[in-house]
Amino acid sequence: MTGRTIRVDTLARVEGEGSLYIKMAGDRVADVKLKIYEPPRFFEAFLRGRHFSEAPDITARICGICPIAYQMSAVHAMERALGIRIEPAVRQLRRLFYCGEWIESHALHIYMLHAPDFLGYEDVIAMAADHRDLVEKALRLKKIGNRIMCVLGGREIHPISVAVGGFYKVPTKFQLQELSDDLEWALQTSLDTVQWTAGLDFPKFEQDYEFVALRHPEEYPLNEGRLVSNRGLDIDAAEYEDHFLEQHVKHSNALHSVVRGRGSYLVGPLARFNLNFDRLPAVAQEAAEKARLKPPVKNPFRSIVVRAVELVFACAEALRVIREYEPPAAPKVEVPNRAGVGQAITEAPRGILYHRYALDDHGLILTAKIVPPTSQNQRRIEDDLREYAAQLVAWPQDEATWKCEQAIRNYDPCISCATHFLKLTIER
Amino acid sequence: MSSKRKSGGTGKPRIAVFKFASCDGCQLSLLDAEDELLAVVGAVDIAYFPEASRKMLKGPYDIALVEGSITTHTDAQRIQQVRRECKTLITIGACATAGGIQALRNWKDVDEFIRVVYATPQFISTLKLSTPIAEHVPVDFELRGCPINKLQLVELITATLAGRKPNIPTYSVCIECKRKGNLCIAVTRDSACLGPVTQAGCGALCPSFDRGCYGCFGPMESANTAALVNHLQYIGQTSDQNVRAFRAFNAWSWQFRKASEECERK
Repeated sequence: MTGRTIRVDTLARVEGEGSLYIKMAGDRVADVKLKIYEPPRFFEAFLRGRHFSEAPDITARICGICPIAYQMSAVHAMERALGIRIEPAVRQLRRLFYCGEWIESHALHIYMLHAPDFLGYEDVIAMAADHRDLVEKALRLKKIGNRIMCVLGGREIHPISVAVGGFYKVPTKFQLQELSDDLEWALQTSLDTVQWTAGLDFPKFEQDYEFVALRHPEEYPLNEGRLVSNRGLDIDAAEYEDHFLEQHVKHSNALHSVVRGRGSYLVGPLARFNLNFDRLPAVAQEAAEKARLKPPVKNPFRSIVVRAVELVFACAEALRVIREYEPPAAPKVEVPNRAGVGQAITEAPRGILYHRYALDDHGLILTAKIVPPTSQNQRRIEDDLREYAAQLVAWPQDEATWKCEQAIRNYDPCISCATHFLKLTIER
Repeated sequence: MSSKRKSGGTGKPRIAVFKFASCDGCQLSLLDAEDELLAVVGAVDIAYFPEASRKMLKGPYDIALVEGSITTHTDAQRIQQVRRECKTLITIGACATAGGIQALRNWKDVDEFIRVVYATPQFISTLKLSTPIAEHVPVDFELRGCPINKLQLVELITATLAGRKPNIPTYSVCIECKRKGNLCIAVTRDSACLGPVTQAGCGALCPSFDRGCYGCFGPMESANTAALVNHLQYIGQTSDQNVRAFRAFNAWSWQFRKASEECERK
């Protein structure tokens, strides 16, 4: 058993390209490397010289899975740089838009990327042969999330309606009301999803995480709030770079992010749920309680249940926005060119996404900084694997490898994002 | 945790999905075809699609769908291997077809780019240019869009399997706009709209949302970019704005490249 390695050259069911390498020395884990070989694309470099109005469309292209997250962080950072206040109705529409992306992304990850691990299938296609009803349900949920994005943004991937100051065009009340019946079905199906995922088998594995998420005075966080953690962090987006540090490691084209003085931290559904349980609507809180899910949840494998609770939230929130919607007086406010610096953090489905821009007098970008959720979770994934692989010493190679892959998928990593991230190798 | 079901050896056409430098959005389009997905995977054998499956079967493949552009030495070699392993190679999206947004490096100093993004530049290996797949290997069909239209993808796969020509129009976005009954925003509102030189396929989304087309489907056949530049100047767009308009998601397509370089000289 000495000197065994676990290697996965191409990690599957994650977004983007990466690999895993774990080296075991007896029953001890000697080394863990989550390698990101996804080629760098240099967004922060070529954003320089572009106009602020182009940032939502360009940064969306960092990730085809969560383009709205990029658009939301971009517009909020720009609006701060430019001193713009948006209309309350626009703010509500942005919440609805983000709910669409959360529904699509969480349904995709729960049923199509993560569930096959729990049920022992290599993919959702094989799973569909035995569980067609589950897969059909997943597809319909996904489609409803996508429909919200299409109504507000023209298409689900790289939508075209998001502008600094608002939207290029806003939907009518009737266009939104048409989504209600589907969303009522989606809400019920999300409640069923919480129950179903709660009944899966979870490895016994808990870690003492620093959870980092946005926190808003009244709402479950999407676009606004202070950045908080269970270890006393409570900051404004403008203070982010004072508290977090990006490190460049040799084995990865993605930068590793750490909390200064403390190390790795966790962002995403577990962090949001644990820090914001009291901000969930009653229907989501009750679903979590019925599934015996209480904060703090420290088992990352149970993130699939937390994602389902967030599905409930997203459907309920979308229905609320639609019920209360009155179109804004104008789709967007006028945004004159001016110099400034602005930062924003929003909650992508996978966790917080930080943008910072500096603009010149002509509204052109001088510098850009983007810290995606997966590069923030990357160090934490390696830490999880270091602890978890030690439990797998007696396991056959194939099964140990699969379990490690599942542990990575707990984070719904988005490698395309992190590279601006994955390959699995376990060496024993 | 052993696999309950393995496919392979089914005699169905084998499809592989390969990724190069990209955002994953175009391959996600296949999973986003919610109404067609189960029918498609019933008709073919998904032999290699890492974003969706940990089952990764070796070639040869009947169809390879290739997403992303070539930006590293390793990828330049890998695309040769992909070409050898497949009968039909289809590029999906603006990265694979025109180099993508990351081709903006092609006008800049990539070493300076590396220093801007990464603290330890010597860890990064990349090519000076981001290039489309067709600059490296013969391509059987290039599907446009940033992202592609999922219905065009389903049509293309269906046509390829049936051995017929895919029904994918090469006319401009203007035709789609007229069909939708949109008022022309380029003429009536002086919007900087690339619709007249951009290939259809999106359903004229931007003009339908009260903004000018930004060319994400790339140049149409015989795009008259010079005439459009005249119009853009006429409505008061500066040369810098026009350079940026052509230099976006399909910047390295030869038509948009020529147009942006001409604007730059003005």
